[in-house]
This record gives sequence, structure tokens and C-alpha cells, in this order.
Amino acid sequence: MANIAKRQTRGEVATAEPVRTVTYSPRVDVLETADELVLYADLPGVRPEDLDLRFENSELTIHAKVAPRGPEGEFVLREYGIGDFYRTFTISEDIDADKISAELKQGVLVLHLPKREKAKPKRITVKAE
Amino acid sequence: MPRTRWEPFAELWREMENFRREMDRLFERWGFESFGWPELGLGYPAVNIWEDESNVYAEAELPGMNLEDLEIYVTGRNQLTIKGERKAPQVEKGTWLRQERPFGAFHRIITLPVDVDADKVEARLQHGVLTITMPKCAECRPKKIPVRAE
Repeated sequence: MANIAKRQTRGEVATAEPVRTVTYSPRVDVLETADELVLYADLPGVRPEDLDLRFENSELTIHAKVAPRGPEGEFVLREYGIGDFYRTFTISEDIDADKISAELKQGVLVLHLPKREKAKPKRITVKAE
Repeated sequence: MPRTRWEPFAELWREMENFRREMDRLFERWGFESFGWPELGLGYPAVNIWEDESNVYAEAELPGMNLEDLEIYVTGRNQLTIKGERKAPQVEKGTWLRQERPFGAFHRIITLPVDVDADKVEARLQHGVLTITMPKCAECRPKKIPVRAE
């Protein structure tokens, strides 16, 4: 039974046997443009007040608390587990930490990490003689 | 495990159902139905199901979606369908450094453990979590047998 439940999670957002205290790694997309990095994270069930975002020494930490949901007793079918989300990233780009902005809508976090001026690519104008 | 209701075959039935569902998911994933990207196929989203005396509940994680993007209905009294499309964010420029989030159309049919009242199904989507409440049909609810003391 436990084995079936474990395999059925199929890595949706789950990475371990669903026990209330287990922490899951959220799935993310990261987009890089000339001006910024944009990180999209799936955080289903997370409200803005439960989300803790930190950026320190070029390390970004996402930590979200998720309240237990579901029955007090048994599930008829359990394909995924519910627990807190936690993930860290090391950002090699030079980020302007004061200008980081984030929004959380319908369980999706969109985090804008603007690059510092000097990190942006400079266009070198070539003069013709 | 204490069981308050007498269900001699419930455990076995559940095991068989779970096995059947797992086989379905396996073939949906690797079989004929879901070939080609970005079709998420029949195995998405993952679903949790539980019940109490009066309702069956189904829950799925669908971050970034709206109820308008979803079609939810019950047919044949116990076939729950969840249909929709999760659209990728539209970006004009830039390079994806990481793409882990699933997008595309999906269509999932789940056999419920009991018959439900299809007209009274309610769906709620909060913070990317879909919760469907399906009242059990009147004759499927457990009946209390009154015991009289002489």
C-alpha cells in the first residue's frame, strides 16, 4: 500500500513518502533576460503570508508553510503528498537585492531578480573609419 | 486499524482499484494517449480522494489555473472528469535556464468509490488547489440501524 502511494506521486511536486512533516521541493522555471532573472515556482496551497523568501550572499531561499489538507483518517486514493515547500538556489548573476520583487497568485510565485547595472551586457558601438 | 463500518471487501477493492489506476497511469503516460508535447495526457493532475459519511472529496494541485479554464463533471454517477489546459507564461524575449513546470492540455477520468449526485457537485479553486465536493447519492450513504433496548 505504502509502495503504491509512493510510486503514484510520480514526482508531481512530491519527492518523498507523504508524511505531514515532509518537505517538498517546488518545481520552477527560470528565465533570463538582459535585465533580470525571472523565477516561476509552483507553490499550490501557499498563501502570501505563509511564504518566506530570502536572498543572502547570492543564495535565494524559498520556504513556504503548507497547512495539512484532506481527511483525518484514510485516503481512498492518494497520489501526492502535502507538506511545506523548501528550495535554495545559488545565483551567479550580480543581483540588485533591493529591487527584487515577488508576487504570488493562484499558487504560482513570480520572482523578479533585476541584474545590477554593471552586470548588464553593454553594446559596443563599432565606428567605421 | 479500527473500522466502524462493516466492509469486508473494501480493502481488497481499494487495492485492486489502486492497482488498476496505477496501470492506467502507466499506460497513459507511456502509451498511445499522451504522445507528443505539450499534451499532459490522462495522468495529470495527480488526485487525492477521500470520503466521509455524506460526501466524496477529490483534490488536485493546479497552480496558476482559474476555474474558467477547467471543465469538471460527473457522468454515469461515478465517473469524475477533470479537463483543462495549463498555459505556459508568454514571454517575448529571454532564455529559459530551467523548465520544470508542466504545461499543456489534460483530461483525467477517475472512478469514484461510490455513486454521487452529479447535479450537486461543487468545485472550489483556492491558491492553486482544486477541491471537488460530491454528495453521495441518498441510497449510498451508510444507514444507521436503530437498536432498541427491551
